[in-house]
Amino acid sequence: MTICIQKQDFDAGYEIKRLCAKNTNIGGVCSFIGLVRETQSGSSVKAMTLEHYAGMTEKQLVKIEEEALDRWPLEESLIIHRYGRMVPSEQIVLVVTASAHRKAAFESCEFLIDWLKTKAPFWKNEETPKGKEWVQARASDDMAADRWQK
Amino acid sequence: MKILYFAHFREKTNIAEETIDLPNDVTNVETLIDWLVERNDSFADAFVDREHVRVAVNQEHVEFDMPVKVDDEIAFFPPMTGG
Repeated sequence: MTICIQKQDFDAGYEIKRLCAKNTNIGGVCSFIGLVRETQSGSSVKAMTLEHYAGMTEKQLVKIEEEALDRWPLEESLIIHRYGRMVPSEQIVLVVTASAHRKAAFESCEFLIDWLKTKAPFWKNEETPKGKEWVQARASDDMAADRWQK
Repeated sequence: MKILYFAHFREKTNIAEETIDLPNDVTNVETLIDWLVERNDSFADAFVDREHVRVAVNQEHVEFDMPVKVDDEIAFFPPMTGG
């Protein structure tokens, strides 16, 4: 179980290989990568700056990862979340889950990204032709997170 | 008491972090916000829409009725938009 909050980019292929090399019981790996999208609500995004609450971010991600471990038989997991300024196409977040069988890997990967979006203290500020704007939380993200409530 | 402001709370108040003496009538998050908005228009503006104010006490997400103490770290921020 690993959490990384970092400014620099990541290499998903390298990270997945490294994670799998640690554990020979892994039979399936699932990954999700979130990218900076150029079009947001009709306007074009030149860049995005991600701010976070250092200290609380790590605690929240550990909690979310522990919750995933409680629910699924995971062998390994990894969350890398970047902060700072990024331009369209840049990678923001990587979630990797690995288990003996695919179902747990698929489900827990989706769970982690859904919960992370609404429970980890990150905020996006977009640079658009109209100026800089804080991204508003979406009701659809809350709904995606809520469907995992027990 | 240490107070941190993130995202538009930092921009509107122009403060990222401050340390204050706990005012007598502040007992929980709600009364702390009541006290902050009395300071000036920037604070009043930052906290105008309380439904969209999120708060953490000692890095744990809490509700407005959470008691606050002199050595707490309080953080104000909008709903999260990571991922």
